[in-house]
Amino acid sequence: MSAPTDPTSDQPDSPPDDSTTSSGLSRRAVLGLGGGLAVAGAAAGFGIGRLTAPSPDPVLAAGSRTYPFTGVHQAGIVTPAQDRLYLAAFDVTATTTRDDLVALLQRWTTIAARLTQGLSAGPYGPASGPYDAPPDDTGEAADLPPAGLTITFGFGRSLFLAADGTDRFGLAGRLPGGLVELPHFAADNLDPARTGGDLVVQACADDPQVAVHAIRNLSRAAFGSATIRWTQLGYGRTSSTSTAQRTPRNLFGFKDGTANIKVEESADVEEHVWVPSSAAAADTTDSAWLAGGSYLVARRIRMRIEPWDRTSLREQENLVGRNKGEGAPLSGGTEFTDPDFDVTGRDDQPLIATNAHVRLAHPDFNSGVRMLRRGYNFTDGNDSLGRLDAGLFFLAFVTDPRTHYIPMQTQLSKNDGLMEYLEHTGSGLFAVPPGIPAGSFVVGADGTPLTTRNSPFVGQGLFA
Amino acid sequence: MSRSTVGALALAALVLPLAAGCVSNSDTPSANGSSGAPGVLSVSSTEDACDVSSATAPSGNITFHVKNDGSDVTEFYLLGEDGLRIISEVENVGPGISRDLVVQARPGNYFTACKPGMVGDGIRAAFTVTDSGTEVGPTGDTADQLKTAEAQYVAYVKDQVGALIAGTKEFAEAYKAGDDDKARELYAPTRAHWERIEPVAESFGDLDPLTDAREADLEDGQTWSGWHYIEKDLWQPTADKNGGKEYTPLTQAEREKAADDLVGYTQQLVDQVNKPDFTFEAFQIANGAKGLLDEVASSKVTGEEETWSHTDLWDFQANVDGARVGYEGLADVVEAENPDLAAELDQRFTEIDALLAEQGSIEKGFTYYDKLSQDQVKALATAVDALSEPLSQLTATVTGA
Repeated sequence: MSAPTDPTSDQPDSPPDDSTTSSGLSRRAVLGLGGGLAVAGAAAGFGIGRLTAPSPDPVLAAGSRTYPFTGVHQAGIVTPAQDRLYLAAFDVTATTTRDDLVALLQRWTTIAARLTQGLSAGPYGPASGPYDAPPDDTGEAADLPPAGLTITFGFGRSLFLAADGTDRFGLAGRLPGGLVELPHFAADNLDPARTGGDLVVQACADDPQVAVHAIRNLSRAAFGSATIRWTQLGYGRTSSTSTAQRTPRNLFGFKDGTANIKVEESADVEEHVWVPSSAAAADTTDSAWLAGGSYLVARRIRMRIEPWDRTSLREQENLVGRNKGEGAPLSGGTEFTDPDFDVTGRDDQPLIATNAHVRLAHPDFNSGVRMLRRGYNFTDGNDSLGRLDAGLFFLAFVTDPRTHYIPMQTQLSKNDGLMEYLEHTGSGLFAVPPGIPAGSFVVGADGTPLTTRNSPFVGQGLFA
Repeated sequence: MSRSTVGALALAALVLPLAAGCVSNSDTPSANGSSGAPGVLSVSSTEDACDVSSATAPSGNITFHVKNDGSDVTEFYLLGEDGLRIISEVENVGPGISRDLVVQARPGNYFTACKPGMVGDGIRAAFTVTDSGTEVGPTGDTADQLKTAEAQYVAYVKDQVGALIAGTKEFAEAYKAGDDDKARELYAPTRAHWERIEPVAESFGDLDPLTDAREADLEDGQTWSGWHYIEKDLWQPTADKNGGKEYTPLTQAEREKAADDLVGYTQQLVDQVNKPDFTFEAFQIANGAKGLLDEVASSKVTGEEETWSHTDLWDFQANVDGARVGYEGLADVVEAENPDLAAELDQRFTEIDALLAEQGSIEKGFTYYDKLSQDQVKALATAVDALSEPLSQLTATVTGA
């Protein structure tokens, strides 16, 4: 097996066409081998017996990659960004009780643990089980490799406190201080149908069908308790979260996320991504359950693609503050050279303009804060005027949005020259609980996780 | 050959016949490098050297791939035989950065010059353009035409701003006096003077947002002022169009402040453009023309500019007017440099004006945006795109002339 048991291990950057070249291990193959060696190897994170993994097979390596579901933190945050995303925000239905909510999270956690390890959603799988019952897995990923799938869960403010102040599930006293209502930033044009949500599920994989399969099966498991409010499909990750990955490009054609926090920068990850246990002390509520978690900021940023494409290279580079080819800051050097905001050119004007994106978003101009960005490009068809409805689905994980997102976005929305070509059309802020420990799953006869009344679940601390 | 190189070459083939200036940049030198492709030269600028890969090139399009191999910010020039006249240049090239200078050059004697540190006369070398037989436009003889265009445009701006302040005062008086019918009648035609020259207003920092911000442009807690603030009070929304909240009309005191502020900001614009040193350079006129069409594309054709009055077509027409005036001042230069581009722009302006005329005129009034059919909106958007695309070549054509 090629499954790394540590997301920080040195993963080679995956070529974009992995999924088409890999003849990797399929879900069926995993199941077909029964509960023994293969499953144990794939699901090492469950602590159901760690057998020595065979040496990595280069042919299988890419598509059959798996990341452990369990750990101190949830996967899908510092995991090297996969190429595809399907993210869904859910609303918990009106008739759902607190117990129902817990049961939903138990079902979701079990299914996520299974899917991320290349197993089917339910124990029977897509083509087995009672002949008069629908299969417990929808099946479209049956022959596909795990594709590095990660599933990450989060809670929206409305889960704790409805807009009218109702404490829906007895969680109001556990609302963490950072889970605020985001302000209206200058020029926001948010569509209520693409904004908010009680729960969020981020599925990332190197194969879009694997990511969609995950959300589809989780949505199916939610019927009666929660319904999808909005979803977003993303492709072409726009951030690298590991130094082993090359910097990708956004739909403006520029490299994006050069200065992103990388998993290798462990001190910065600690400081800027995870919620420290000390955060609870500053809250008036009991928010200790979020220690080791994070906050997910999601913004659907539509790009005015057509006017941008008519903009001179001079203006494009000046608005971004980097050159388009290499991604080097206009002050000089190469992609990873630190921008020098003091270098001036003709007429003593700074080479990196005062309204350049790279300047306004830089830690030097934002009290030193950094974000772990995990965004994706999106294209949701076209509008009625024949323009692409396309842009950047911005995702960032931060230790506290009050210090690590809101001040920066306030500044960007007001002064960033790029805003002329951007429009924020959707928004979400979610508290992302810590991970669940290895070895805590209830497993069935085949050694794979099952849902029972005692199954562990993501966010368990919130309900304790 | 990498994909980006193929793309760059294909694009160059597409763009260069249209445009003759610093239009193209590729940080990846073409695979066959400076030695292979005719008309592509590499330049290495350091503290004490300006190495050009060849001292000669055939006439026509010449690309200098300039790399700053020194540690100071540098510039690169192609100078005329007299060593004074600047044929073309790239400036502000940071250390380690590459940038292309694309120029149309006729046969003759020239100088190349790097200027590390951007001081002095630069490090010069003689450069010869040999006759390739390619016909080259009247490069470099257009300075007078551009000066004329700039003077005409400044005069146009002053004229529009004069009409704007007069109309704004009348509008403000009517609004303050509670003559809402008259204020509504004056609103759109007066704003047209603003919309025609909006790129000029944008060049004066906060004046544009203070005068023309839409409600959605504001951030939480920001004070709203200007045209659209009053627009909302003149065309008061129902609660369901106002985020579910009942609209509270402005008090008399608020009305007076809103009206006086609008006149005050407009007067600041008048003062700015009437300063003796006010100029608007050719490239700014060209960028402004393109910017006006971007305005149409982003807010007018979608009906987002005039959310309450639905007078978007007045703004639309005024933006097109402003772009046309900007272009017409430069038309002789474009005609000489690139007659195909001039012909296409003439045709597209005619088409879009004809389409707008179907819906009315600024003088007689237009169809309100919310009365347009989806097909009509689509047709207008299509015409905007058809005009915007060639218009985006205007700046490069003018700066390359």
